[in-house]
Amino acid sequence: MNLFKRKNYIPLTPRTEAVQSPKRDAEVVMEEPIIPDGMWVKCRHCQKLIYKKEMDEYQICPKCGGHFRIGALDRIAITCDEGSFVEYDASMESKNPMNYPSYEKVLDKAREKSGTKEGIICGRCKIDGYDAVIAVMDSNFMMGSMGSVVGEKITRAIEHATEMKLPIVIFTTSGGARMQEGIISLMQMAKTSAALRRHSEAGLLYITVITDPTTGGVSASFANLGDIILAEPKAVIGFAGRRVIEGTINEKLPDDFQTSEFQLEHGFIDKIVDRREMKSTLSRLFKLHGLKGGLE
Amino acid sequence: MKTAAEIVAESRKVQRPTSLEFIAEIFDDFIELHGDRAFADDKAVVGGIASLKGMPVTVIGVQKGHTVAENVERRFGAPNPDGYRKTIRLMKQAEKFNRPVITFINTMGAYPGVGAEERGQGEAIARCLFETAGLKVPVISVFIGEGGSGGALALAAGDKVWMLQYGMYAVLSPEGFASILWRDPTRSGEAADLMKLTAKDLLANGVIEKIIPEPEEGLENNLKFTTDILREELYDELTNLCAKTTEELLEERYERFRKFGEFNN
Ligand SMILES: [Zn+2]
Repeated sequence: MNLFKRKNYIPLTPRTEAVQSPKRDAEVVMEEPIIPDGMWVKCRHCQKLIYKKEMDEYQICPKCGGHFRIGALDRIAITCDEGSFVEYDASMESKNPMNYPSYEKVLDKAREKSGTKEGIICGRCKIDGYDAVIAVMDSNFMMGSMGSVVGEKITRAIEHATEMKLPIVIFTTSGGARMQEGIISLMQMAKTSAALRRHSEAGLLYITVITDPTTGGVSASFANLGDIILAEPKAVIGFAGRRVIEGTINEKLPDDFQTSEFQLEHGFIDKIVDRREMKSTLSRLFKLHGLKGGLE
Repeated sequence: MKTAAEIVAESRKVQRPTSLEFIAEIFDDFIELHGDRAFADDKAVVGGIASLKGMPVTVIGVQKGHTVAENVERRFGAPNPDGYRKTIRLMKQAEKFNRPVITFINTMGAYPGVGAEERGQGEAIARCLFETAGLKVPVISVFIGEGGSGGALALAAGDKVWMLQYGMYAVLSPEGFASILWRDPTRSGEAADLMKLTAKDLLANGVIEKIIPEPEEGLENNLKFTTDILREELYDELTNLCAKTTEELLEERYERFRKFGEFNN
């Protein structure tokens, strides 16, 4: 430990933080994801244009090592042992509980854009030979927002894991609660957290992998409840939206605010893991928890 | 009959009685307890021990102010992580001494500040939900004013959730909803209608179990009208919940939230 480093650290907020009237809806983030389109994609980390064919299945920038957002199916492909993934509840679809105008159209568009039926894919798989339940969110589907289907699929996946005495790994990426489903979306936070409580009381392992971005209601429920919380580098992780906070305090926030590195520094994640190391990190953790089924 | 927009305005009214006023009217012997034992005493959340018709209970409430000075001190009733951690501490303390917990909710949501993010606002709310799910004593929550998103839910994940006649509870504000749906925050009245955020709507979809009536002359003019009802209702319901075994209590609490969701399978 370098004590002098600590001394130079200037806290963003003094203890007596000036109180401004807070803006409502701090946790609602409606940001468009970066969708790789065509032959070239722009890296959000180094701003350089990257020739798509230069990127492998990990979707990491060859120029700066920055992690691109990755869809749920691609994530499963780099995480689960080949042919081991068995999907749960593949056909589950949202209803329109609030009669939100044109919600069906919004959902259709999201399905087209993401190639998935909803904002999450769950199932059972093997990871380096270890049996696990896995849930993977997809930011291409309405910014990974959590409505009835996301909440129900996660809850069922957790309940399966509890029943089968398996560990669960949840890859999070979400802008928060899905406002088109109103208060029912909010209830999913309590529902998933309660299911995790039972999984935890059964003495089972829950690993969260936080990926870019994870904010709002998902950060205020299952994303922050892992026994071990891993994160990809430079992911945005936080509760309130950056712009809402900037609006409240009336100043610009530093670039590293609410990044994985910021969260590590403040004690809210256990480890930052490069995407290429994620699978082996998970299986090492499984092994250290005495789980059965490893490859050796 | 008030419109949804009128109810939203009523729930936010600066004269509307706050948690501490409800506590003073309903309970005897309230002793306020301070701090989260980690960082601070968040003035946006108050809590302590009190007697409900002779029954010792733990009481926790989100606290707004009536004046600008009070609101600055109470952060307009928008809790920091320290407030949620104080809530968890008092709930665990209640569990140890086998006291039921009553929470009062009146918040636009968790505070969106730099310090709040540095100290893990998301983690604090998540931990409230997680701890409430396993708490071995009954928890009843009452929305006395405004209820906004995860910052409100954190105190309302227990056995029964009630709401005053002119309370509200939504995933985001009608203004926010209108600006996202129509890019026009001035259409918040229309949004309020669509959002099903009134006590009547929430009772119909099972988000709350009971509506507590308010006096015709306005809550701020006759708080006793409502607190007299609330005192009896709380006492009866807690007596009922305390008669259950821990297993029954926790199973019913789990099912209470498990049922939410509308999907085709
Ligand atoms: Zn790059």
